[in-house]
Amino acid sequence: MKFCKLCVVVVLVMVMATAGMAVAGTLADVKAKGFIQAGANGDLFGFGKPDEKGVWRGLDVDTARAVAAAVFGDANKVKYTPLTAKTRFTALQSGEIDVLTRNCTQTLGRDTDLGLDFVQVNYYDGQGFLIPKKLGVQSAKQLDGATVCVLPGTTTELNVADYFRANNMKMKPVVIESTAELAKAFFAGRCDVLTSDASQLAGTRAVAPDPKAYVILPEIISKEPLAPVVRHGDNQWKDIVNYAVLAMINAEEMGITSKNVDKMLKSKDPKVQRFLGVSAGNGKALGLDEKFAYNIIKQVGNYGEIFERNVGVNTPLGIERGLNALWTNGGLMYSPPFK
Amino acid sequence: MSKAYSEKTEETIKPPLTSVGVIGWIKANLLNSWFNSLLTVATLYLLLKIIPAFIRWAFVDSLWMSTGAECHQAGGACWSIIPANLRFILFGFFPYDLQWRPLVAMILLVGLLFYSQNRNHWKKSLAYLWIFGLFIMGLLMKGGLFGLTSVESAQWGGLPLTLILSVFGLTAAYPLGVVLALGRQSKMPAIKTICVIYIELIRGVPLISLLFMSSVVFPLFLPEGITVNKIVRAQAAIILFTAAYIAEVVRGGLQGMSRGQYEAAESLGLNYYQTMRLVILPQALKIVIPPTVSILISAFKDTSLVVIIALYDLLKTTQSVLSDPEWMGFSSEAYLFIALIYFVCCFAMSNYSRRLERELDTGH
Repeated sequence: MKFCKLCVVVVLVMVMATAGMAVAGTLADVKAKGFIQAGANGDLFGFGKPDEKGVWRGLDVDTARAVAAAVFGDANKVKYTPLTAKTRFTALQSGEIDVLTRNCTQTLGRDTDLGLDFVQVNYYDGQGFLIPKKLGVQSAKQLDGATVCVLPGTTTELNVADYFRANNMKMKPVVIESTAELAKAFFAGRCDVLTSDASQLAGTRAVAPDPKAYVILPEIISKEPLAPVVRHGDNQWKDIVNYAVLAMINAEEMGITSKNVDKMLKSKDPKVQRFLGVSAGNGKALGLDEKFAYNIIKQVGNYGEIFERNVGVNTPLGIERGLNALWTNGGLMYSPPFK
Repeated sequence: MSKAYSEKTEETIKPPLTSVGVIGWIKANLLNSWFNSLLTVATLYLLLKIIPAFIRWAFVDSLWMSTGAECHQAGGACWSIIPANLRFILFGFFPYDLQWRPLVAMILLVGLLFYSQNRNHWKKSLAYLWIFGLFIMGLLMKGGLFGLTSVESAQWGGLPLTLILSVFGLTAAYPLGVVLALGRQSKMPAIKTICVIYIELIRGVPLISLLFMSSVVFPLFLPEGITVNKIVRAQAAIILFTAAYIAEVVRGGLQGMSRGQYEAAESLGLNYYQTMRLVILPQALKIVIPPTVSILISAFKDTSLVVIIALYDLLKTTQSVLSDPEWMGFSSEAYLFIALIYFVCCFAMSNYSRRLERELDTGH
């Protein structure tokens, strides 16, 4: 009987504790535990992957670091949970992670049905084709009857099937589970075409036995806006993650980099002063320190810097800015004013 | 006189050269019929085709200490992927400067296992030794006491994680399996039904779906804000799964006991627990050593399925290394390496089981 009473008390305490947590909001939770738990890929070079020392690197990882810099003033207060394509959304829904930075394509279904909110896109991707030059094909429209190497389970497989059907062409899919094995099969000649997100094709071509023997076709057959994700309904947290990404874009627009940000603090430009928190307002509105943007730029860098560091032309992936250039350079990266 | 004669003949008349020694053996075993001769020739041809090419790839043209770029130029095996990434493959996310700790913990574990394999050491002191050893290992992995930096279990990975999942999985699953087997044999209908339902439910689904349940579905049932450690969830799934299989194997052993054993125990006035502990289980468990070890070995290998829920066990850390453009494409070398690790562990287990069978053999 005593035991039963004890059980009831324990259950009640747990229910009350969780009820308290649910009300408090993600920002308060995160501040209470002292770090941000971010969901990351783990196997995607350039976006989220540990290096040979186990240190996380990538564009998505830097995005999570930017959120930590905004909240704590310390970009290192992040812990990463590696997630697969199947476990990623559950981890966010169940509260195991605070933010999901794992190359997730924003779609209407995910935004609504799954109870998630996508914030500012941090990489505009799209699906393309990689072919050997000796195939002599100039356009994806000439690929009728081709065998196509493709990863299973993601939208990639669906997109390529749709594309071939829409253009009245036939294809034979060769489905292989892992990216590395898929590339191996392609280079061994088991298929004519390799299809994947364009960001991956460049990296795959770079590791070919003879990279010059392969070309990426000009057609991009799908839109893949990759964005960080948060739980639906916590607007303050969504704003914070959103403006952490936008701050990096805005900094690039203003020409502020991690190198010159200290000098920029003395700038006379009211826009720069407002952005870096010299004149107050932005931080308070978000519930953060006034210096949040300064901390992001100082510790992580502006968008151009993190792009070049992780996926840019000097990395093994060697990706041009393309759609991910600033709007002033013909890309899609555009930040609303910070005021 | 006759003795001397016979000795002389034995010395002088030897069997024909073609029926003794190497040639004789080859003739008797490899070329004794046209079908066997054909098989021999075909096998020799295949071996000739495969072995030199393999040796050339693995040893002659191979690179052992180079960068990935040099490997992409060369044609042979790129063993360099192992030394260059060894620490990540073996220890995953464990902080780089603290990786001596999991190393010491693993050595301790192997040492303890090695020490306990001798049945003369099976005394009460061994149990204390294990408790002490496990405490030290936990301390080394987790830290937080005696000036050791605290390391979260989320950062455990590689070989220590594989060993944790399998050693704890198997040691917890075995007694649970025995209890389930006894429950299934029980005369009490409620207990019997529960055990049957449990065993059949678990055996009716693949381990992968259990792992998915534990990692994807289970967290959704928990109230918001409460999360159970990912490793614990996977570990629980492995234990529940393995226990069901062990239960069925043990049931086989129990059914193999003759009625006389039960009656003899009863006539001695032993109660149920004494009967089981002193008479039935020691014999039943001995009979089922071979199938039990099969299950333990396959459970050990099944721990690599945690890859699909992104736990960084030995297989997953290797796959992660392979997704690095620098090393992409050298999967054969990396997988051969971890296959070797798995083989050593499994071979040790099956070897030990055979020894145990021999030692416990009482001739009936």
